[in-house]
Amino acid sequence: MSLRVLVGCKRVIDYAVKIRVRPDKLGVVTDGVKHSMNPFDEIAIEEAVRLKEKKIAKEVVAVSCGPTQAQETIRTALAMGADRGIHVEIPAKEMEKLEPLHVSKILAKLAEQEQAELVIVGKQAIDDDSNATAQMTAALLDWPQATFASKLEKTDGELEVTREVDGGLETIKVKLPAVVSSDLRLNEPRYATLPNIMKAKKKKIAKMKPSDLGVNLASHLEVIEVVDPPTREAGIKVEDVDTLVTKLKDSGRI
Amino acid sequence: MIGTLSMRVLRAPLLNTLHRCQPRHNIKAIRSSIRTLVTSIDPSHGLTEEQLAIQELATDFAVKEMLPNMAEWDEKEYFPVATMRAAAALGFGAIYATEDFGGTGLNRLDASIIFEALSRGCTSTTAYISIHNMCAWMIDHFGNPSQREQWVPQLASMEKFASYCLTEPGSGSDAASLSTSAKKDGSDLVLNGSKAFISGGGDTDVYLVMCRTGSDGPRGISCVLVEKGTPGLSFGKKEKKVGWNSQPTRMVIFEDCRIPASNIIGNEGQGFNIAMKGLNGGRINIASCSLGAAQASIENAADHAKVRKQFSKPLASFQNTQFRLAEMSTEVVASRLLVRNAAVALQEDHPDTVTLCSMAKYYATEKCFQVINEALQLYGGYGYLKDYPVQQYLRDCRVHMILEGTNEMH
Repeated sequence: MSLRVLVGCKRVIDYAVKIRVRPDKLGVVTDGVKHSMNPFDEIAIEEAVRLKEKKIAKEVVAVSCGPTQAQETIRTALAMGADRGIHVEIPAKEMEKLEPLHVSKILAKLAEQEQAELVIVGKQAIDDDSNATAQMTAALLDWPQATFASKLEKTDGELEVTREVDGGLETIKVKLPAVVSSDLRLNEPRYATLPNIMKAKKKKIAKMKPSDLGVNLASHLEVIEVVDPPTREAGIKVEDVDTLVTKLKDSGRI
Repeated sequence: MIGTLSMRVLRAPLLNTLHRCQPRHNIKAIRSSIRTLVTSIDPSHGLTEEQLAIQELATDFAVKEMLPNMAEWDEKEYFPVATMRAAAALGFGAIYATEDFGGTGLNRLDASIIFEALSRGCTSTTAYISIHNMCAWMIDHFGNPSQREQWVPQLASMEKFASYCLTEPGSGSDAASLSTSAKKDGSDLVLNGSKAFISGGGDTDVYLVMCRTGSDGPRGISCVLVEKGTPGLSFGKKEKKVGWNSQPTRMVIFEDCRIPASNIIGNEGQGFNIAMKGLNGGRINIASCSLGAAQASIENAADHAKVRKQFSKPLASFQNTQFRLAEMSTEVVASRLLVRNAAVALQEDHPDTVTLCSMAKYYATEKCFQVINEALQLYGGYGYLKDYPVQQYLRDCRVHMILEGTNEMH
């Protein structure tokens, strides 16, 4: 059996950018800021491409929900080795209100339409840190889920997935079709090569709207306020361990 | 007056722009709002989507694979073969050689963008990669099908490394006066003479040697390929250098070094022409390396100026610092305009190509060196310490004013 894999890739503010809160305190400044693919999604793409190289997958489809620039993120996925892309266009203004549930509904619908047998997404996006899309996509599809994958192996009709959990590593088996979310140590994403960057230009990206998939973007969440983390205060030097322990107790740290 | 005025206009947003292009620069987001072909202080401005992807790849590689090792390669005089092969696996080994035999098939502007981006990771290593690229192109462009088939794939993958041998102890800028001789003996050529300041010399596998097969002057020169290990080929001591320490430099010596006459690249007597054609691109490449080093130096200096406090204010808040950064940025943008313009001229075979390549090389290597020197100055005493990268950019770029034809020649 050869799988079709659907991979979600979100365009987020680059991890190296210093984040600034918007003056209206309802979000962060995104204008004129470098964006790139969510690092966990890069790992998801890499894993899908490896499955294809091992002939376990027959096709890798990269999906991104977002404004026009999301196509650049899809191109990156295509340059890494995805076969084609689907851009679900969401205007920049609506993007702020896009919730994991919306994305899950889009992914679930696409998984059905594309007859995908495996959906891989990053365990979370580094902008909103929701960590919900994989789980909700699995629920909507009524498929098994294997989240926080650090190793993925295919056995007959099943996936053996090693998960990073608090106590260590947990190995589970899920029947296909399934939804997997990638953790940091699943793999190390490759660089796209120059020839593959050129080839990516010729690969197809289908464009659609959420409404084409029957997904309604009504909000369930409201952002009340976004604030900077508290600025770090100067520390103090203590005489000895006892004073240190007392200070820590006084400040409620231990 | 106008100059002062525009400096002031430039100065205010400059620190922000520098900040914005800081971490891994490239500004896809900005591009969408200010879609333009204008070259600016952000190296990603004015590029197509594809060029941006190429630049992002090169910058990523430079920042992750080269920058963390740059000081060590310099200090230990280490030729980073594995890292260069990793770069070649991405297509950086024969960037503007055709795809016929494994080149990447990009154009000169693409190459300039790549070398500028890689240079921030290690200018010396990037400069060597650019020389290797020049050699790969010379074989791909002027070689016969069997030479191309044999050498281009190995050079594109950097399985084999190449050196360009033109300069001699007695023939520098006056290259056409070279005296290394290649005498016909049956179907062989016998080489005698020596080549000086050869980048990669001794550590590389393939030597493209300009030698005299005929009369005096440029028309008596041919370009031949000599493989390492050929009897009669030897090397001088490894030179101690101010910069460019991640690549060895040695003299290359020929004593009755016998090669088959079929190793002539192009036609007999075409060598000087090939050497000069190679250098047109080589000059753009070297200028691009200076550009990347200057860009990185400005960004480093601007960062430092925002953090370093004197008289209880960040250096960046002093007008003198702002003026300096504005002037430095102006020179970098001017250099970038000239370099990218020359690259386009070369790929489109503009009648003034040679002049434009010379102008770009002269201006960019000169001004970028000054900019890096200014950046070092902004660091004060710290700038002189090897803990900070600017001094290495400075040492590595100093030689760009001397090689590929000294700046007095342009």
